[in-house]
Amino acid sequence: MTATLTPTEAAPSGPTEGRRDGALRGRLTFDRWGLLALPLLVFLLVVFIAPLAFLIASSVTDPTLGLDNYRKIFTESVYLRVLVNTFTVALTVTAVTLALAYPYAYLMTIATPRWRALLTLIILVPFWTSILVRSFALVLLLRDTGVLNSIAMSAGAIDEPVPLLRTMTGVVFGMVQIALPFAVLPMYATMRTIDRRLLDAAQGMGDRPSGAFWRVFVPLSMPGVAAGLILTFIQALGYYITPALLGGPKNTMIGELIVQQVSTVLQFGFAAALAVILLGTTFVLLAITSKFMNLERMLMGRS
Amino acid sequence: MTRILTRAALVLLAVLIAAYVLLPILVIFPMSVSENGFMAFPPEGFTWDWYRSLSTDPTWFASAGQSLTVALASAALSVVLGTLAALALVRGRFPFRRLALLAMLSPLIVPYVIVGLAVYIAFLKVGLTETPLGFVLVHTCLGVPYVMINVSAGLVSVDRRLEMASMNLGAGPVSTFMRVTLPAILPNVLAGALFAFITSWDEVVVAIFLSGPGMTTLPVKMWSGIRVEIDPTLAAVSSLLLLVLIGTFLLTGLARGIQRLLARRSSVNLDHSGV
Repeated sequence: MTATLTPTEAAPSGPTEGRRDGALRGRLTFDRWGLLALPLLVFLLVVFIAPLAFLIASSVTDPTLGLDNYRKIFTESVYLRVLVNTFTVALTVTAVTLALAYPYAYLMTIATPRWRALLTLIILVPFWTSILVRSFALVLLLRDTGVLNSIAMSAGAIDEPVPLLRTMTGVVFGMVQIALPFAVLPMYATMRTIDRRLLDAAQGMGDRPSGAFWRVFVPLSMPGVAAGLILTFIQALGYYITPALLGGPKNTMIGELIVQQVSTVLQFGFAAALAVILLGTTFVLLAITSKFMNLERMLMGRS
Repeated sequence: MTRILTRAALVLLAVLIAAYVLLPILVIFPMSVSENGFMAFPPEGFTWDWYRSLSTDPTWFASAGQSLTVALASAALSVVLGTLAALALVRGRFPFRRLALLAMLSPLIVPYVIVGLAVYIAFLKVGLTETPLGFVLVHTCLGVPYVMINVSAGLVSVDRRLEMASMNLGAGPVSTFMRVTLPAILPNVLAGALFAFITSWDEVVVAIFLSGPGMTTLPVKMWSGIRVEIDPTLAAVSSLLLLVLIGTFLLTGLARGIQRLLARRSSVNLDHSGV
């Protein structure tokens, strides 16, 4: 990277300045404000990007040069099952999250400001509370001697505790909670901008309220839904804590497998290959998303 | 009629979701004062014993102290790097802008398991695992996007004419930034700092990779506790953490209230945000 300072001037130049330069030189130019990006870029390059690059490299060099690590993942049924599991769980979590988040976001759009503030506060609770506090609480809730089973048993609904912990149900129960804010907020952000008069217009032209909702409101809300769902799905693919705590050995996800490979059998190259698959999937999904959505805005507007 | 039914169904769903989100957390405190050591539900009796045994265990304090140090340091570093980058993003031009932005936001995208693995392998080579510095470096990467996002949002609405006025009156660029720009974006900087702090304070996945006998942050200590054997001390720790969180929120709310009060009283009210 070459850093060329534009000639100094009293007021810092705006982004339009310097367009007159040659195309290439223009593209490689830092102005004085632009230079301020360098500390962070260098920092991330050293601490974040270089280790990732090294990880990707080690997936084809450790222990021997070649694609052995990948071959192992895609030929041995134990590992294939983990991949299938990861996608199954992530898809289930996304579907359940959609079913809960969409009506919730819709309620937020039609609520009065005071109720809307309360609804926002509630949905942000999982976002703010420590993931460990929440996971611990879910363990207390789902155990055989936990809250749900105790209540159901003392109410006489069941005679024996229903196993919830270490099952797929437990994993989904825990993961949906974490995913909810990331799905509700983009959906609400989109729904808020929908002009309600369009619905009135549809009804004025003879459509029933439900017809107006499905044919006008739902299609217009799709960008927010897609953003929320993709965020949910991508996050769900890489979860580690919740599936490790609430899931059983049958529901192992790729994140857990990566940790196992490092902590118990010290197979760094194999773990790296798993990581590359997860990373690759994440970026392919994001690339597809960016074709029909402004990714920068989606990420920048997340908080 | 269908309209009322639909609304009722929506409200019912919202109530259920609220219960789903809040109830697990509300269970924690009663469990932490229950006399039953196996943490069965419903809680029995009342005792502060678990808090007492927590207060006599120095390992919890050590972990909490290490977490606090790491979180404060990485929040501070995130604020400096993130604010500078936000200035560059909003006002400057630099090469490979889209790629650079992607790099800056990538810590939000890359799953933490992968970050942990990559950084663990790299840090093993340079001896940074189980060190506060190692934790601070990684947690800064994870927290810095939040500072950047928040500060960028604030910078967009800063009135550049005030800065020019300050420069015309003889202040240098640094002095102008400290006295004019920074006060205007201070709420955004603080919000970013809070996000970065909490990101580090709560972070467990990367921390699991970097922790060891030499250094264990609070979330990792809780993690091994939950994994190995659930005991009431964990409920006590969780309750205290929730208390800290609620306290932080009340304090920020209070700070915002005071700020608003001061802004109303100051004669030079340059608020142009339209509020």
